[in-house]
Amino acid sequence: MFREEAGLLTGGLVRLLGDFDVAEEIVQDTLLAALERWRRDGIPDRPGAWLATAARRRAIDRLRRNARFRQKLALLEVEPAGGGEPDDRLRLIFTCCHPALSPRARVVLTLRAICGFTTAEIAGALLLSEAAVAQQIHRARRKIVEAGIPYRVPDAEELAARLDPVLAVLYLMFNEGYLSSGAGDPARRDLAEDAAWLAALLTRLLPTEPEPLGLLALMRLHLARASARFDAAGDLVLIADQDRSRWDRAAIAAAIALVERAGAMRRPGPYQLQAAIAACHAEARSWAETDWRQILVLYDLLLRLSPSPVVRMNRAVALRWVAGSTAALAELESLAAPLDGYHLFHAARAELLHELGRREEARAAEERALGLTANRAERALLERRLKLSPGAGA
Amino acid sequence: MKYVLLFCGTEDDAHRYDTMSASALEAQLAQVGAWFADPRIRGGMRLAPGSTATTVRFGNNGDPLVTDGPFIEGKEDIGGWAVVEVAHLDEALAMAKAWPGKGVVEVRPVHQSEQG
Repeated sequence: MFREEAGLLTGGLVRLLGDFDVAEEIVQDTLLAALERWRRDGIPDRPGAWLATAARRRAIDRLRRNARFRQKLALLEVEPAGGGEPDDRLRLIFTCCHPALSPRARVVLTLRAICGFTTAEIAGALLLSEAAVAQQIHRARRKIVEAGIPYRVPDAEELAARLDPVLAVLYLMFNEGYLSSGAGDPARRDLAEDAAWLAALLTRLLPTEPEPLGLLALMRLHLARASARFDAAGDLVLIADQDRSRWDRAAIAAAIALVERAGAMRRPGPYQLQAAIAACHAEARSWAETDWRQILVLYDLLLRLSPSPVVRMNRAVALRWVAGSTAALAELESLAAPLDGYHLFHAARAELLHELGRREEARAAEERALGLTANRAERALLERRLKLSPGAGA
Repeated sequence: MKYVLLFCGTEDDAHRYDTMSASALEAQLAQVGAWFADPRIRGGMRLAPGSTATTVRFGNNGDPLVTDGPFIEGKEDIGGWAVVEVAHLDEALAMAKAWPGKGVVEVRPVHQSEQG
């Protein structure tokens, strides 16, 4: 509910006030006041309208105190309540994810202004201190004002380039939530759900762009398998060992329809390809039935669009099932320099070394992986494997 | 809003001009000239290379110390600047992206007290 309203409110107020800083603060204050009030008096019949009215009242108070905005007052008083066209939120997303802001600040601002997270919720979700988040918000707001970061949807010719950081923010949010779900404290707001909600919003606001659809499909494919990711003891289960009867088949089919809809636009992109790869996994009825050749083809296409070491690593992992462990390991070893600090690189290497019977090296790689991850569930999985070895991974 | 565009480049960028053929150099200068013809540009200049700079630095006691070279010793050097007046950052960034001189362009807003 708050997530639906926060972006609408902020977007509407920014348009009216022409000031991101003030609008965003008012919405935060309003949401906090609403929380307190509703806890005491119960939720009003039309919470959205209640919030819009309260936010406008606060905005008017604020303007009265501030001579600079006096001329805008008249405008605000005649505007009908709840003036939040979807367009406002789209503009807001592009402001929050502007490349002039640091990647971390983009995530923080998006959570705050569009998803309506409080400072404490952001701190909890991103494992930062509240003071650090407050500082980041303060700096980012100043930069928006002082550097003149506009509140607008980019023109058609800039759109593709400007969409990239937006999608990156959403995917980062999603991963941050998805990887830690089930491992952190239950009071933490579910970042993955919020990210998927935002991606869905983006597909509605930009219906002719295929990459938001690809990203949304990718998220939904992951979420459809989410409940099988942890066993009864709350430990992480790898996809090879998951109970596939717990996957949400209807959600998988719906997500694959999204991939197809994006594909029909004939403008392939990295998120569509990653979604297609995830779809290959999701469609397989067992690990053995996975179509690795198809996955390898998709990784090759992905490498052409975004030639990163992590994509090459994932391709090497897929290569194992088509060309064997020796070929996969050789490919993986060539990535040692750029990926030495990445725990999944060492985890993947450990598995291949086990497979090839090189136990000492496998153990060393597992320890290296363990030393590199802070995530509780991932640590538990790696520790379990270390205990099980030398038989593990076979 | 007013922004200053700082045109930076490495020594290699600067040497590129030295080794260009006369016609290529002429074409390049024509492009830069066309870029500067934009009515949103309020002023600007090309600077002599950093090797010609002399720096006056005030120490902790407030006394000026004169040293040779530019104030930042590094591979990159400021080659020129332009002041532009546009609606917002995106417009300034679009101008910077169209800069024919290549290299690096820093887009810096003019201080709020000077925006006028």
